Amino acid sequence: MIQSLVDGILTGAIISLGAIGLTLVMHMLRFANFAYAELLAIGAYAALVFDVLFSGLVPVLDTAFAPLTLSGALALATIIAMVITGASAVAIDWLVFRRIRAKADALSMVFASFGVALIVRNVLVLIFGHSAQLYSNDIAFAIVVSRDPLLLIKPDQVFVLGAALALMTGFHLILTRTTFGFALRAVAENPALAQVSGVRLSTMITAVWMIGGGLSAAAGVFYALTNQITPVLGHNFLLPVFAATIVGGIGSVHGAVLGGFIVGIASGLALMVLPSGYAPAMPFVIILAVLLVRPNGLFGRDES
Amino acid sequence: MIGLISYLAFFATMAGILAIVVLGLNLQWGYTGLFNGGVVAFFGAGAYGTMILGGRPEPGQFGGFEWPFLFALAGGVLLAGAIAWIVGILTLRLRHDYLAIATFGVAVAFESIARNAEWLTGGAKGLRGFPRPLEAAIGNTFVYGLCFLAMVMAVLAAVYWALQRLVQSPYGRALRAIREDEVAARSLGKNPTRLRLQSFVIGSMIMGVAGGLYVAFYAFVSPQDLAPILTFQVWAMLIVGGAGNNRGAVLGAFLIWGAWTGSGFALSKFAPAAMQLYTGPIQYILIGTVIVVMLLWRPQGLLPERITQRFTKTASKVGTTSKGAF
Amino acid sequence: MTALLTIAALEAGYVRDLPILRQVNLSVMRASLTVIIGPNGAGKSTLIKAIAGLVPVSAGTVTLDGADITGIRPDQMGALGLAYVPQTDNIFRHLTIRENLALVLRRVPDRTTRLDELYALFPPLAAKQADRAGSLSGGQRQMLAVAMALSGRPRVMLMDEPSAGLSPKIAAEVLDLTRSLTAQGVTVLLVEQNVKQALRVADHCYILAEGRNQLDGPAAAILSDPMVAEIYLGGKRVGAA
Ligand SMILES: Nc1ncnc2c1ncn2[C@@H]1O[C@H](COP(=O)(O)OP(=O)(O)OP(=O)(O)O)[C@@H](O)[C@H]1O
Ligand SMILES: [Mg+2]
Repeated sequence: MIQSLVDGILTGAIISLGAIGLTLVMHMLRFANFAYAELLAIGAYAALVFDVLFSGLVPVLDTAFAPLTLSGALALATIIAMVITGASAVAIDWLVFRRIRAKADALSMVFASFGVALIVRNVLVLIFGHSAQLYSNDIAFAIVVSRDPLLLIKPDQVFVLGAALALMTGFHLILTRTTFGFALRAVAENPALAQVSGVRLSTMITAVWMIGGGLSAAAGVFYALTNQITPVLGHNFLLPVFAATIVGGIGSVHGAVLGGFIVGIASGLALMVLPSGYAPAMPFVIILAVLLVRPNGLFGRDES
Repeated sequence: MIGLISYLAFFATMAGILAIVVLGLNLQWGYTGLFNGGVVAFFGAGAYGTMILGGRPEPGQFGGFEWPFLFALAGGVLLAGAIAWIVGILTLRLRHDYLAIATFGVAVAFESIARNAEWLTGGAKGLRGFPRPLEAAIGNTFVYGLCFLAMVMAVLAAVYWALQRLVQSPYGRALRAIREDEVAARSLGKNPTRLRLQSFVIGSMIMGVAGGLYVAFYAFVSPQDLAPILTFQVWAMLIVGGAGNNRGAVLGAFLIWGAWTGSGFALSKFAPAAMQLYTGPIQYILIGTVIVVMLLWRPQGLLPERITQRFTKTASKVGTTSKGAF
Repeated sequence: MTALLTIAALEAGYVRDLPILRQVNLSVMRASLTVIIGPNGAGKSTLIKAIAGLVPVSAGTVTLDGADITGIRPDQMGALGLAYVPQTDNIFRHLTIRENLALVLRRVPDRTTRLDELYALFPPLAAKQADRAGSLSGGQRQMLAVAMALSGRPRVMLMDEPSAGLSPKIAAEVLDLTRSLTAQGVTVLLVEQNVKQALRVADHCYILAEGRNQLDGPAAAILSDPMVAEIYLGGKRVGAA
């Protein structure tokens, strides 16, 4: 019970990070972006590449910060991966979504996003192969927090939870303390008024892709650090991050954060009664429940 | 010679089954503007439903009721329709992309059940031993293959004919009116949510029909047959052919299925051995590229919709550039 | 007096090949208050939005102080000295009053002093600066919207029915405030349904119907025009006076 709860919180933090950008993108560009979760995979692999590169170039960076398996090289690589993933998100928008936006409707964008997801995922397979990879081959020993009930936690997990919360807090401060944050919220609420208030829409769209890409990359690395990297990493998070945005209400950043934890914890707890094979379907059940009870989500605004 | 003809019959049977799926999707997406992200689930519901009701009994396995084929097929189709109805009721009155997300979720959930509920679906190994209709009566496998092809083509023609009638009727015009301008359609006294729900359910039932035929064809179904790529293939077929045009839908099905099998054959024959593991990903990238490139380059498809040219759709775009909230 | 803002043969609309405005001409004198009246759906808001760059212009020109500003990007308005108070949804409800003002002031060099000036002009806003703008009363919302528009010290204010939905007393205050802007050198183009009141404060008046110019003239003349009185001032819709 406690173990499932703790694991659920950890997964929830990762889902939350992924959902923040998605909820903004879905709200501002008004389409469900099925390619979004691939950003987690792009981030995880980009960090892998730079981790190997940095450890090779500067061997001293390769030592892990005990008791974590995280090394200095990986920490640096993660930051670079966040930038690269943000830039990839912007590039994909320029190459595909912006062009389709200019001449077709939102449903064509949804359509195109599926195509983009398929391409990204399989290009990753071609480059990195099907098999799972790890940042570090060190064995991450779990700490026995309690024996009855049994509760095992790995130091990496504690770090990931802390880092995820720190990133979310940072973004919260940007939203509530800076005029850039006001502009983001303004565009989310009323794009036309934001424009006449001097906010340039295209700049904000680029900013949202950068932020979403950066946070997703962090989420991907955090997941890979506590589990492993595979080309389907992003795809496996697709339904959970969508569920988190729907639970929270499309357009609500705080809703997405809360939604991520709800989805993570509910999925974790559900696995106590259900076989693990059903885990991928849990977010769907949550989506159905929310649509039944509160279609606009916990913090959602009526969109019609 | 017989080998070639059997192969062609096999190819055409599969393409015909997929064309039926594409026609179902065309009703939803092409004529009503509904996004179905889980085509494979409705196809799968038809397949598993038909198999469970019409299959042979197996020890420790639910189902195997050996219903006559048509009844089993009807059951599978109803199952597909029921799932569509539930999803539709919950999502169709919301923002359009909720349907996309929910249907995608249905596909994921369906695959989970297919893989894990062994008592019902046989789990990863699937269900086998479907009594193919009239197989015993015909006997000869070669002749049976041709007869089966004829049956699939007959069903395809019937679905095509019925859909043509439907979309050219006032009902079909109402669907298009909703697709183009929901507010205007409502002001004309149409109930958009109900019409959308009907269109979604009918389209999904057509996909269920195709699933039932698929099971009868292979006499076997497993989660492997329900890989998510099927949804993408069907979309590529529709968008290449031309959404909103039933002839285009059928054309797209044959073209893309030909390209798919052709590229698979070419890769397995000519790609270096080390690359063999990657033929799947390469084909997936091709399908993804077809979808994206068509949307960018020729979103109306090879055979565009003729009636309205989607005038209002591009036109309403102008109004949304500044997202006038005032 | 010279025209600061000129609109010549303007055609604009939301849907391609379906213009709402047809050959609209209009000129607004420097530091004057010009009011546009007309029935619902006449295209008054569309005209203002076309000037602001929110509605695509298919033909004609918008000139500001001799410079062609047709089809500007809406976010460039402020830099040109234009400000716009939309008819509805003219504040960010989910932002606090201070955040609303900080947003529009972020490009203003002396933003701290300007904020104090705006608070001095609208004391109720100062008192509620930490509240969400959505919690303001109707009159206070219009105040905030006007304050936001004034933040960059615009040369030209475009105001779309600022008195709509307000009690007669508050509506009169808003119109007086609008009038007082011209005394400070601001040029105002105002859309109003409160025809009688608006004509009392305005210098010049344009009547728009079905997207076309119908009539224009000095406000006093329009006010006393028997035909206008019949159509626009006699009906029950204007019984506000
Ligand atoms: N976003 C829009 N998309 C399409 N048509 C619109 C849009 N907004 C307004 N219209 C149409 O443009 C025409 C003019 O509308 P506009 O809002 O300019 O009128 P108005 O004179 O401001 O009326 P009111 O006094 O009611 O504010 C109307 O026929 C209206 O239906
Ligand atoms: Mg108006």
